[in-house]
Amino acid sequence: MSTDPKPPRPVPEGDEQLAPYFAAAKERRLVVQRCAECGALRFPPRDICSSCLSFGADWVDVSGRGEVFSYNVMHQVYHPAFASEVPYAVVVVKLAEGPKMISNLLDCPVDAIRIGMPVEVVFEPASERVTLPKFRPA
Amino acid sequence: MSLKGKVAIAGLGQTRQGKVYDRSYVGFAVEAVQLALADAGLEREDLDGLLLNPGLAWGTAAMGSFMLQQALGLRDLKLQATMNIGGATAGAMIQHAALAIAAGMCTTVACVFSDRPLKSPEEQKSRSGAKEGSAASYAFARGLDAAYGHFGVNAMYALIARRHMHTYGTTQDHLGAVAVAQRQWANKNPAAQLRDVPLTLADYHASRWVVEPFHMLDCCLVSNGGVAVIVTSAERARTLKKPPVYIWGMGQGHPGGEPAETLVSGAPLASSTAFRMAEITPADVQLCELYDCYTFTVLVTLEDYGFCGKGEGGPFAAAGHTAPGGSLPVNTGGGQLSSSYMWGMTPIAEAVVQARGEGGERQAPRRDVVLVSGNGGLLSTHTTLVLSPLPS
Repeated sequence: MSTDPKPPRPVPEGDEQLAPYFAAAKERRLVVQRCAECGALRFPPRDICSSCLSFGADWVDVSGRGEVFSYNVMHQVYHPAFASEVPYAVVVVKLAEGPKMISNLLDCPVDAIRIGMPVEVVFEPASERVTLPKFRPA
Repeated sequence: MSLKGKVAIAGLGQTRQGKVYDRSYVGFAVEAVQLALADAGLEREDLDGLLLNPGLAWGTAAMGSFMLQQALGLRDLKLQATMNIGGATAGAMIQHAALAIAAGMCTTVACVFSDRPLKSPEEQKSRSGAKEGSAASYAFARGLDAAYGHFGVNAMYALIARRHMHTYGTTQDHLGAVAVAQRQWANKNPAAQLRDVPLTLADYHASRWVVEPFHMLDCCLVSNGGVAVIVTSAERARTLKKPPVYIWGMGQGHPGGEPAETLVSGAPLASSTAFRMAEITPADVQLCELYDCYTFTVLVTLEDYGFCGKGEGGPFAAAGHTAPGGSLPVNTGGGQLSSSYMWGMTPIAEAVVQARGEGGERQAPRRDVVLVSGNGGLLSTHTTLVLSPLPS
């Protein structure tokens, strides 16, 4: 059984709204959406700015630095791709620029994760087509 | 114009709940309405309003309330709606019914919830191993979250609970105190799913992790079943079979923004309206039926109603105030953690039982002012009801 390839992670690669995000990640850039009208940054991407209600938006690079806003440690397996990973942590990173991202923290045991710890982005290839931004202690 | 004491709950119907498979979700709803009518001493022809909170099993049945009207053979309804603001819906149905009755649109409204997320062992076999059941039902992921292994409502709430622990020093013992107190109540409730299972704090700590900081025993049950509540005018309720449970106050609060940042539910907003209508303060509340999707939710709700300071929900519960014999009985049937998960109907149903004095072994000593909360989303939506066996 151990020779079976691990099932792929459920990455929404066909999601049109996320396409610029995945394209940037492949170039090792972290991007978020910016409202074309008021400049408010947002993530995950949405059609409408909840600050000024305008529809236009573009994508801008961010520093990739931030801090752990919160985290949990997943024990229950909801998808076979994670069966060999549990227990693993899911973190919410609050970027220096403001928006928050759900992600994973590399190079850090789960019991060493602390709210407020500074982190920086790293890029991890998830498949031939997709690279996922993740974070590590800064 | 005050509604205090003008409208009342006159009937309560609860099907068997839990791992019960002999009804469809519509079947549970129909049975619950029949039981509520019998409880009130009414016939189905007496109903002229029908509100439905469809559980997960109703899926995308956008006109579930009409489907239920047809199943019940109800004619000439003057009020009908399918409603969903998550766990706050049950309270909202009672409120909409009360408003419509007070406005003269209708006289007697059935408010109904049913769900059937659990499949029987036979049904699971026949579905070629497809994941079904309590974990699968609530395991949806949002967009990109799944790529990072973030699945389900448990995981989303765990992130907020962790913030509360970080900000206020809430501990695993504090969460466990809620689970233990509610199990003590459930042990006195013949209908509770976990009635026969005692629970100590050591048992709590030993129970498996689902997603830290939540053990399995921090998370509510997942149950099949149905509940119906009949709302009518106070005048009419006084002529019926059971003593009326009067609505003294009601309110809603939906704060928007990010509760993960504020760690505050919609309770402050909802209770300010409800308490003003009821002409009470938190000190007047004698028992609480609080929406408990998680142990954590109870702590936040206790804080947000002002029963203790912000951030002090954990020590308040750990001091035993909410347990049998405590100063503020909370979730006296065992709640959704230990009795049954009928979304917001679990707290409402137990409030009716307690206000009538029908609690038996678990009856709270004082029952003149009963607070009921509903909470939906991630501390996103909230309803408050203040109920009493007294007209004013």
